[in-house]
Amino acid sequence: MRAVAAFNRAVRLVPPHIIYAAGFLHIAWLFWQGQTGGLGPEPINALERALGETGLKFIIAGLAVTPLLRLARVNLMRFRRALGLTAFLYISVHLLVWLVLDIGLWSEIWADIVKRPYITVGMAGFILLVPLAVTSTDGAMRRMGVAAWRRLHRLVYLAAVLGAVHFVMIGKTWALEPLVYLGAILTLLALRAGRLVSRGRGNAGDSRIRTDSFPG
Amino acid sequence: AGLPGRGVAATGDALEPNSYEDITSYNNFYEFGTDKGDPVKYAGALTTEPWSVEIDGMVERPGRYDFADIMAQMTVEERIYRLRCVEAWSMVVPWQGFELADLLNWVGVRPEAKYVAFETLYRPEEMRAQRRGGGIDWPYREGLRLDEAMHPLTIMATGLYGKPMPNQNGAPIRLVVPWKYGFKSIKSVVKITLTDSEPETTWNMLQPSEYGFYANVNPNVDHPRWSQARERVVGGGLFASKQPTLMFNGYEDDVAALYEGMDLERFY
Repeated sequence: MRAVAAFNRAVRLVPPHIIYAAGFLHIAWLFWQGQTGGLGPEPINALERALGETGLKFIIAGLAVTPLLRLARVNLMRFRRALGLTAFLYISVHLLVWLVLDIGLWSEIWADIVKRPYITVGMAGFILLVPLAVTSTDGAMRRMGVAAWRRLHRLVYLAAVLGAVHFVMIGKTWALEPLVYLGAILTLLALRAGRLVSRGRGNAGDSRIRTDSFPG
Repeated sequence: AGLPGRGVAATGDALEPNSYEDITSYNNFYEFGTDKGDPVKYAGALTTEPWSVEIDGMVERPGRYDFADIMAQMTVEERIYRLRCVEAWSMVVPWQGFELADLLNWVGVRPEAKYVAFETLYRPEEMRAQRRGGGIDWPYREGLRLDEAMHPLTIMATGLYGKPMPNQNGAPIRLVVPWKYGFKSIKSVVKITLTDSEPETTWNMLQPSEYGFYANVNPNVDHPRWSQARERVVGGGLFASKQPTLMFNGYEDDVAALYEGMDLERFY
């Protein structure tokens, strides 16, 4: 417990903006690698994949914040907005690379979105993230009211599952890696499911750790 | 028999081969992993000497033929072919090889044979993904109709860029059928069987709605999960646009007659 307290104190010295900076630098580096051969002979697919996977990793990191606090008392709550918005950055660039560099033809883009289930699922996940990114500011939370804001931001659960299912559906065979992502997301959601049920029964009062005005 | 430079003849314009680096570092060879970079990383574990190919079924002289003995009988020539993957990327590869028809004529095809079945090596101690299964019923299997197998464009390739076939590209001997999606061109072949019934093929067994027995390159018949109308040319960098996919991968004049009267939407 003392180690955790020390960790929580140390982490308070780290500004959350570092996460945005790391995301921007990493994305710039990926493009640079793609342009100079570092992503192999077919860089577009490699770039799409790297961006999508990193976006999912940030989603998973964001979903892990609350369970870490509840179960291990590790407090990373002040990084959660940066984790979520950085995930949104990666996924937006992932989508842009697909739209502009990969497909490039508007007629084909729409056909793909409606005809190809893995793209439909991926697009649905992205669209769910847009209102969350838009309402990520303190001002938006105040205007909406905390309860409504929390309800809205539960959309991330569905978006995360859709993102992982999108990844699973791309493979020609059942690859292990996408299933690991899906498993991690489902595990993090399962850790919440029990609490949501008990809260629904009116037992909200037994929550021992307050998580402030953030959604579970 | 020889139709040298069919890559040129089939399209009327000279094909620009991909670099040796591209061809040998971006591969699908699921025996070594599903990532494009896995084969170049892990195929070094494969030993290709000694190597023999068992030829059996409806042939006059069945047997286990040593790779060197086959090579002593065959005339190797260069064929610069397009390679179109079912995943909608493509390359141009300068293969060395001999016509499969020459090999089949050498062992003698019996008149009742209608199909040719092929098998890749099964050696899990050297092919790491075979140890893990990965959902595939090893060994990898492919097949052709006999007239497709006897077509002068169909070769058994034993090298590229004038060098012996690299392991990740299917050493020491692999099939190349340039008008079909790449997965038909089975690598590291150890067995060829002449038969009178359509053989089972690996991708068709895995996902029959997505991968048919014929697997002819066809821009008009989409893969259920993506369009086949255009392809990404490997090596074009980040800002290269896709190019239109050609019917039968540009070999329409040579091979369309094989499929006359067939509904290519049904026999995909």
